[in-house]
Amino acid sequence: MTNVLSVEDLEVTFALHESEVRAVNDLSFTLRQGETLAVVGESGSGKSQAFLAIMGLLAQNGRATGRALLGDVDLLNMPAGRLDAYRGRDIAMIFQDPMTSLNPSLRVRTQLSEVLVRHQGIEQEQATREAVAMLERVGIPEPAKRANAYPHELSGGMRQRVMIAMALLCKPKILIADEPTTALDVTVQAQMLDLFKNLTRDFGTALVMITHDLGVVAGLADRMMVMYGGRAVEKGTVDQLFYKPRHPYTLGLLHSTPHVAVRAKRLDPIQGLPPSLERLPTGCAFHPRCAFRFERCFAERPPLLDAGDGRLKACWYEGPLDYEEVA
Amino acid sequence: MAGITGKDVVLTNYADRLALEAPKGRSLTQDALRRLAHNKAAVASIFILVGIVLFAFLGPYFLPWSYEEIDWTAIRKPPDFEKGHFFGTDGNGRDMLARTMQGTQMSLIVAAVATLVSVIIGITYGAVAGYLGGRIDAIMMRFVDIMYALPYILFVIILVVIFGRNPVLLFVGIGCLEWLTMARIVRGQTLSLKEREFIEAARAGGARSRTIISRHIVPNLTGPVVIYATLTVPEIIITESFLSYLGLGVQEPQTSLGTLISAGAPVVESMPWMLLTPAAVLVTMLLCLTYLGDGLRDALDPKDR
Repeated sequence: MTNVLSVEDLEVTFALHESEVRAVNDLSFTLRQGETLAVVGESGSGKSQAFLAIMGLLAQNGRATGRALLGDVDLLNMPAGRLDAYRGRDIAMIFQDPMTSLNPSLRVRTQLSEVLVRHQGIEQEQATREAVAMLERVGIPEPAKRANAYPHELSGGMRQRVMIAMALLCKPKILIADEPTTALDVTVQAQMLDLFKNLTRDFGTALVMITHDLGVVAGLADRMMVMYGGRAVEKGTVDQLFYKPRHPYTLGLLHSTPHVAVRAKRLDPIQGLPPSLERLPTGCAFHPRCAFRFERCFAERPPLLDAGDGRLKACWYEGPLDYEEVA
Repeated sequence: MAGITGKDVVLTNYADRLALEAPKGRSLTQDALRRLAHNKAAVASIFILVGIVLFAFLGPYFLPWSYEEIDWTAIRKPPDFEKGHFFGTDGNGRDMLARTMQGTQMSLIVAAVATLVSVIIGITYGAVAGYLGGRIDAIMMRFVDIMYALPYILFVIILVVIFGRNPVLLFVGIGCLEWLTMARIVRGQTLSLKEREFIEAARAGGARSRTIISRHIVPNLTGPVVIYATLTVPEIIITESFLSYLGLGVQEPQTSLGTLISAGAPVVESMPWMLLTPAAVLVTMLLCLTYLGDGLRDALDPKDR
């Protein structure tokens, strides 16, 4: 399988009034054609900012360095004007809140067809027809009718379907979904995940699912990248990370997720709070909250190293992660 | 292939009909208009304003006297129905009703032209400054500040010198000065709009700055712009009256409400009809416009939703 996106040494910094904050630190990963990559982490782990940087959507005080190769074009080092040609056509993004991601004063079909007219230069009428077909594809009943509606007349799930339709209209190579189910009802969430699965498979689109919900990851993703404090701390296939986590943070995330099959007495959240990016702890950024820490964790930051079976982890601790005994 | 029952054809027809009959979605504007229709004062204002417009533009055709015709037999006469001077005559024997109609016409044209010009310039300038932000925004808005600081009467005098006494050009000029506040309002709105997620989504979809401004920012500015424009109209009518009062505005024999009032004010004790007719029209018009602007603000205010 070919790589559609390879990111190397991505760093994102934000200039504050007096200081600089690093939201993302030498992040490297590849995305293969048609696969689904889950990016998991708490709030402030840099997962969203990394992908906003790739899309060129950082806030004005943000700056990204490194390389993000889409085929042989580098998305990070490209004038903003040229980037517009790739955004929406080769790489699309869906945002967290479908309530606010649609323009309230334009009809749904206008917003959808705009993308096609922009990127494929087809006629307005043809574009509208394709837009309606895509609405049907994402499971909107009576698509011709809904296409005439304004966003405020649609429900949340419907609007997220419209967003998905919009993102997939040009059949992009990569779709980045930034917590696409967070703002939706649980029942609708499940439908959305099904939809993502089917559509990305049908279109051969590589999907990046940014989330903090491990339930989402389990059913959908092929590979998984766990981020903490702006760095990737563990990477591997979903099965590897779910059944045999090798990083204490991954383990902590798994333990804080409720599960129907496991009748735990209580949920076991990770102690403490995510670190402030302005003052990251020395050594391993996770050490203040880690149950397995030892002297080395305070002094040296563990690099992301091969941990066998094609997985990577950034942790000094080599012993078995047996939570009950240590905690 | 259509089956033997011809079901496909029937279904297709049915689907086509459904698509045709599908209700057009109700836009925010339509919502707002419905709310406006519930506001009695605003609806009454609309009717009165339409009445005034008809009065000004169609009225002259039904009068025996034109606004510049001098009736030598009736100079400074109170209302006289036999001769057809329903509101009396002025110091030169011209029919007050005809002159009021012409004056209203002039004031309405002036207000429409100047408001249109100020809206167009204001939206473009404000949206561009607000969306681009940063240094460009700072430079553009400092320019607005400087324009604000200069006395506009100075500009008007310069404009009169440049354009001569052509009222329409003069009021295009006034529109060119009135846009400053509009630009500020639009810029402020744009600043908050551009942080909204749908703008980010549009950028993620590869839309260019130009497209984002024209398709995603400007349509969402309708509310504040409409409200502000309705409130600009009376402001410009007053400005026009003021300029005409100073002798910089509309010139004889043409007239405007402001000119008529300034002519009637000194003689209000001896010839009250010369002041009352134009003043009544002006006051009614301004009140209605203000009520309408108020109603529109209530109808369009996003906070109500």
